[in-house]
Amino acid sequence: MDLSFLSLQFLNGMAFAMTLFLVAVGLTLIFGLMDVLNLAHGAFYLVGAYIGLTVLKVTGNFWLALIIAPNAVAALGYLVEVLVIRPVYARGHLDQVLLTLGLAYILADLARGIWGAQEEALATPVLLAGSVAMAGLRFPLYRFFVIAFGIAAAVALWVLIERTRWGAMIRAGVSNRTMARNLGIDIGKVFAHTFAFGCGLAALGGVVAGPIIGVAPGLDAEILMLALIVVVTGGLGSLPGSFWGSILIGQADTFGKTLFPQFSLFLIFGVMALVLLYRPSGLLGKPQL
Amino acid sequence: MKNAGSAAAAFAIAMLALLPLWAPRYIISLAAEVFIFGIAALSLNVLLGYTGLVSMGHAAFFATGGYAAGLIAKSVSTSFWLTLPMGILAAGVLALVVVLFALRTAAVTFLMITLAVGQMLYALAIRWRPVTGGSDGLIGIPRPTGFGIEMDGTRMYWVALALFVAVLWLLRRILAAPFGRTLVGIRENEGRLQALGCNVRAYKLASFVLAGAVAGIAGVLFAHFNGFVSPSEVHWQRSGQLLIMIIIGGVDSLIGPLLGAFVVVAIQDLVSSYTMRWMTIMGLLFVGFVLVARGGLVGLWHAFVRGVAVRVRPRSEVT
Repeated sequence: MDLSFLSLQFLNGMAFAMTLFLVAVGLTLIFGLMDVLNLAHGAFYLVGAYIGLTVLKVTGNFWLALIIAPNAVAALGYLVEVLVIRPVYARGHLDQVLLTLGLAYILADLARGIWGAQEEALATPVLLAGSVAMAGLRFPLYRFFVIAFGIAAAVALWVLIERTRWGAMIRAGVSNRTMARNLGIDIGKVFAHTFAFGCGLAALGGVVAGPIIGVAPGLDAEILMLALIVVVTGGLGSLPGSFWGSILIGQADTFGKTLFPQFSLFLIFGVMALVLLYRPSGLLGKPQL
Repeated sequence: MKNAGSAAAAFAIAMLALLPLWAPRYIISLAAEVFIFGIAALSLNVLLGYTGLVSMGHAAFFATGGYAAGLIAKSVSTSFWLTLPMGILAAGVLALVVVLFALRTAAVTFLMITLAVGQMLYALAIRWRPVTGGSDGLIGIPRPTGFGIEMDGTRMYWVALALFVAVLWLLRRILAAPFGRTLVGIRENEGRLQALGCNVRAYKLASFVLAGAVAGIAGVLFAHFNGFVSPSEVHWQRSGQLLIMIIIGGVDSLIGPLLGAFVVVAIQDLVSSYTMRWMTIMGLLFVGFVLVARGGLVGLWHAFVRGVAVRVRPRSEVT
């Protein structure tokens, strides 16, 4: 357990954390605005990763996969919002949760039907296939890319939400839906776009993580669980919360897996339990009733 | 009216008890499965339909009952008088631990935490190989013994039926009592009950432990009946399936979950002989019910009866 091993693990943990961030931030954005807990979020991640895999196999171009898959899944998410979730807004969020549960079943099962049950991996893009030598160690270049990508995405999202008109509309919707509507914001449109955007982010996470963790049936449930833990630990509906929550959980998962592989999940739950013990609303969450 | 209802119930139970006299083995085994999942769905409905708590990790208690019974039956004793109480106890204790943790947070987080805890236990069931048998599960669980006889398939069917009726009766009593009315009050207006001096937290805790323990009964039956318990019994898809049963059957009744269990078991059996995609079909059916028939089959039946009543009655009486 020397320093080089630890720093390599730290890097792996950060790369995984950034993947988790992309997934969790979509979940928290949708929840913060619409009060909908999207149980199909893991399935959207899975479908995104699979579409990325197919695009990569057909075209051989990773960057094309990185663009097409999130957009395709966002379009799917848009349809889902308009056709399935919108009709039950008036009924409270239990019905919406139930609908996303049904969708999670359908999407995961269809994905198994289309892409089969074997585990597959997305090929690492040639440009990033090498490794970097640093302090006598070799770090895989792709992990650096994932970390940089995640941080860039976090900054871009922050700018988008805090500094653009669309972000202002979302924030208005979060703090008072009725007031926002009365001020002339088409809240239905904002909802649909946000839902689609969040699903697209999950798919983006799926493609970005594809060369590292691959794609297989069952991954949807695993990612959903981790994203939920991140969101609960970081604070529901908080963008910085999901960023720091991802780092905490991503590192706990990675170090847990190397230190005690059999029971790594307990470390994650220990971290979550500890945070909730002192801050029931999560690290950066607002207290809720 | 009450007597007529009891008579009808007694008749239905008698008919079901006589099923093994004429029905093929295959039907008996499906029916037993319906009762087993009926108990599990019934227990989850205590939370969803009464207290208004949404648990997405209920399969964990079902599976815990099953694993506990399986381990005991394999290594200690096959006596049903030991496996059943221990299964209930294990599931109840786990439910207590989970709810103590989950109740610290807000209502929405409750759902997330139960889901996450359930998935953690799923991972544990896979990784704790020496005890749980890993991903193969616990296999070769013997049939239980009681009154000095081994329960074969038909006897297991009767046991499942008897336990289902007992659980239904017990839950009816409990939920019709002040305890149950308080749970409904919590669902309808938690703040008001709190203001009235009711210890809401204690009631939520009690209903969760009750639901977990009853799910344990179903798990014990499942383990003995199938001879195995595997990690997929812990998976959140199993928890989701129990929710699906309740919604398809009808939330606002005690018999709804049994109907839902029947539909889901029947679909799984019928459809899976034609296509691999039975989960898609079940998902679509479920989404359809949530969208257009939220009251489930029981709700549809009531609407149908009302419709008939309106048509039969003279016009002047309809207001």
